[in-house]
Amino acid sequence: MSHQTIDMSGHNCPMPILKTKQALAGMNAKDTLEVICTDKGSTKDFIAFCNQTGDVLISHREQDKQFIFNIEKS
Amino acid sequence: MSETNKMTLIASKGTFDWAYPPFILASTGVAMGKEVSVFCTFYGLNLLLKDLSKLRISPQGNPAMPMKMPFGPKWFQAINFGPKIPNVMWNIPGLELFATSMMKKTMKNNGVATIEELRQVCIEMGVKFIACEMTIGLFGYSREDFIDGIEYAGAATYLDVAHHSTQDLFI
Repeated sequence: MSHQTIDMSGHNCPMPILKTKQALAGMNAKDTLEVICTDKGSTKDFIAFCNQTGDVLISHREQDKQFIFNIEKS
Repeated sequence: MSETNKMTLIASKGTFDWAYPPFILASTGVAMGKEVSVFCTFYGLNLLLKDLSKLRISPQGNPAMPMKMPFGPKWFQAINFGPKIPNVMWNIPGLELFATSMMKKTMKNNGVATIEELRQVCIEMGVKFIACEMTIGLFGYSREDFIDGIEYAGAATYLDVAHHSTQDLFI
């Protein structure tokens, strides 16, 4: 199992979701991906994204104007 | 792929601002596991031109468009010039180009991707673009004007694709 982080700070909708998808595409099941964003709409979007793709949103938190998501690839 | 996971868009507008919604929704749709087809008709053909740099946003007859400057001190950037400038002013040659470059700068400041970037992501992720053959003829385009890898078809093809899809949007 591997872990990757992508920093999408400063990028707005829809780039964080698109780059997340591209990163997940290169990973194996159970690998985890941490995504750091500053897009204020990202929390709802990442919940909806994982809802559709079946990947697991393990955690999400807001910290210093950043939104940090941990996703496990299904 | 199941029929419930297909989405189609009709892109009918060709201004700089209206190029965004089809590319954003198409790329996000593919990212969320959907099979996406975009039927580009009438002015929406502009989205498939090799050169996207000629797309413009027009403040003329566009009263909903906020007009804020992407530079200067914060108080200056907060001013919405839209309602303050008589619409007739936008007849002056060059101002449409100016408004477009201001919008591009605003988008860059806000971390919004360019339409070229979004289209490239759409292509890389497998969005299927269909150019309306009838409007290509109507507007005097030739296939050399458009990017590679797209399909050419008409209304019946779109309706057949849409018949198997559950999300269809006209933009």
